[in-house]
Amino acid sequence: MIWKEILIRYGELSTKGRNKNDFINRLRENVRYSFNDLMPLKIRAERDRMFIEIENEERMDTLMERLPEVFGIQSFSPVASCGKDMDEIKALAIQIMELYQNQDITFKVEVRRTDKNFPLDSHAIQREIGGTVLRKYQNLSVNVKKPDVELRIEVRLDAVYMMAQVIPGAGGMPVGSNGKSLLMLSGGIDSPVAGYLMMKRGVRLEAIHFYSPPYTSQNSLQKVKDLANELTKFGAKIRLHIIPFTELQVLIKESVPENMTMTTTRRMMLRIADKVREEIGALAIVTGESLGQVASQTLESLTAINAVTSTPILRPLIASDKLDIIEIAERIGTYETSILPYEDCCTIFTPASPKTKPKLEKVMHYESFTEFDEYIERAVKNREVHILPEKKVQEDKFADLL
Amino acid sequence: MIYLDNSATTKPHKEVLDTFVQVNELYYANPASIHEAGVTAHTLLTRAREQVAQILNTESKEVIFTAGGTESNNFAVFGTAQVSTHKGKHILTTEIEHPSVLEAVKRLAEEGFEVEYLGVDSHGVISLEELKQKVRKDTILVSIMHVNNEMGAIQPIKEAASIIHSQSRAMFHVDAVQSFGKLPISFDGEAGPDVLTISGHKIHALKGSGVIAFRKAFKIAPYIVGGGQEFGLRSGTVAVPQAVAFAKAARLAVENMDIQYKKYVVWQTELRTYLQHFGNEIHLLSTELGAPYILSFSVRGLKGEILINALQKAGVIVSTSSACSSKQTKTSHVVEALQVEQVFKKGVLRLSFGMQTTEADIAAFKEAFEQVMKQLKGEVVV
Repeated sequence: MIWKEILIRYGELSTKGRNKNDFINRLRENVRYSFNDLMPLKIRAERDRMFIEIENEERMDTLMERLPEVFGIQSFSPVASCGKDMDEIKALAIQIMELYQNQDITFKVEVRRTDKNFPLDSHAIQREIGGTVLRKYQNLSVNVKKPDVELRIEVRLDAVYMMAQVIPGAGGMPVGSNGKSLLMLSGGIDSPVAGYLMMKRGVRLEAIHFYSPPYTSQNSLQKVKDLANELTKFGAKIRLHIIPFTELQVLIKESVPENMTMTTTRRMMLRIADKVREEIGALAIVTGESLGQVASQTLESLTAINAVTSTPILRPLIASDKLDIIEIAERIGTYETSILPYEDCCTIFTPASPKTKPKLEKVMHYESFTEFDEYIERAVKNREVHILPEKKVQEDKFADLL
Repeated sequence: MIYLDNSATTKPHKEVLDTFVQVNELYYANPASIHEAGVTAHTLLTRAREQVAQILNTESKEVIFTAGGTESNNFAVFGTAQVSTHKGKHILTTEIEHPSVLEAVKRLAEEGFEVEYLGVDSHGVISLEELKQKVRKDTILVSIMHVNNEMGAIQPIKEAASIIHSQSRAMFHVDAVQSFGKLPISFDGEAGPDVLTISGHKIHALKGSGVIAFRKAFKIAPYIVGGGQEFGLRSGTVAVPQAVAFAKAARLAVENMDIQYKKYVVWQTELRTYLQHFGNEIHLLSTELGAPYILSFSVRGLKGEILINALQKAGVIVSTSSACSSKQTKTSHVVEALQVEQVFKKGVLRLSFGMQTTEADIAAFKEAFEQVMKQLKGEVVV
């Protein structure tokens, strides 16, 4: 195999001044996390770029497949190497540029020569390799000012290193570099996307889900676990808090007028989420709300719901169209799971015509006749916590069959 | 019974049958049902699908379980034709395809599609030059079988793929019924097929199981419509036990492929040498370039059926050129395409090996054949 290592260029974090080391360390940890099946992985982090050593073809494939999903990477390039011999260098250049053989593009050769004892100087190497490539691939042409592809050659003391391909990374910032938030994960299309976008901004997530057995099934719970699991592939473990919600939901139904139940339900959910957030030391709550999408997401509803807490509520999708959200969901692989048709706790007691413009005073008035606190405490206390990714126990029983 | 007719069908492996029975007993729920038993069956089906996808080097959503090779071939041909008419109406295939492709394209020809056939040389192999000349901008489907069922010719799939993909937007379908699990065949970007047909009962799984798989999400029209199972591409309650048994058989076949291949080569060589003793009484249809697990040859002036019956009396099961055509009296289209000499046209025999074939089977065949030739050649005037 010609490939020796992968060069990673940092994303936005290159501009982060004194925090830079934290960012780089975080990125390195996240890369290790993403490839923990490939351990041990040799990672060398420098100030402006990072290198991952490649031992074999299989590792190369895995890295190329998953690196585009790791946040904090602007782009990456596979780097090949060969001995310090002009014939070898030429052969390698031809092999690397083969990727572009059927494209009408321009290129240039860029040479750095750390080994000053190498018989040819940079310009000579540049000329020779450029000529070799041009003769081999007739549809390539040279453009030194603005080439489509740069064939970079470094003559170092130990060997010659070469690369051309630049693959875009996911951008964003390493997960965990911007603190921790609690994601309200419903099982729909929006909330995983909201979580993804916050992770992309470097936020580490824990997730909270409201579970109302027997009205909602084991399936809906599995679905939420699967969604959280999907999110873990973007660079970090996720703790999922499952809140037993049936008791409270029944109480709400009995306590407030039917068209207010939705607003009150959301308010209770947020109060619970806020308590969990405090316990786990997260600073904000993330939701998938998008303005005007449903009755609970009008400005009036958001106001009435938000009134239970002063914790920052991050709504990355607030101004997004549904179709754009679906597009992201499809891209990150959560869409298929999100559209599985299981009931969740929001759909079971839905009133026929919920208030789209609830008044805060009225909601508070109706809620004032019932003592919810004790129920909230209990729900928080009795929550189940799952750490994802978790191995699916059920699937093991199939191993013999397959 | 000495069973040397593995290209017609195979005996299911014991462990594959065990899987089939167990899944029927434990996970019989409909995988489309939303109750827990249904979800469990669905999870198991997904696992089977993932296993097959991994073997074929594609995504699991590109693997569709069918009832076998014929359905998969029909689906590939009709499904492609239906959605591609805006691109063209030209279809290319070979003269030696399985009837499930040939009859399907024949029907399309009646409906106004333009179908062209590639000829084959004496090895049963197409000419890449001819392919180059015949693939056009408006070609929508090229269907080429990997290994021929009647005499084992191997087609140059990789080279054909490059030609097809560089010269057209055609879908490249490969009928891999006779090669999957015995020779390497999988998706390989532009250098490989776009659609693959695989049959379960040829790899020691159950009859009535098969797969059609795609390289990526191509547009194709469903061939069987109804409840929208299998991503809407193949309706009908999915036969989970068949699918899981298929996935297991596929894994076993691929895991043992190298070991088996070496055995097949030894037996093929051994039998070819053996048959040479009969001089010009025997004409070999299979050539040394073909798949080593199929050996097809013809005895001068004899009918295949007579040979089969005679061998059967000695406990050896072989077939005429193919099981599908063996009950018809007319000469097989493959034998015709190979331009076999008249005196050899009727007496074609096909031996085909499988994972359960043993060295002793080969020896038993030789012994039986020796006797049969003595008997028959004594009676029949040459």
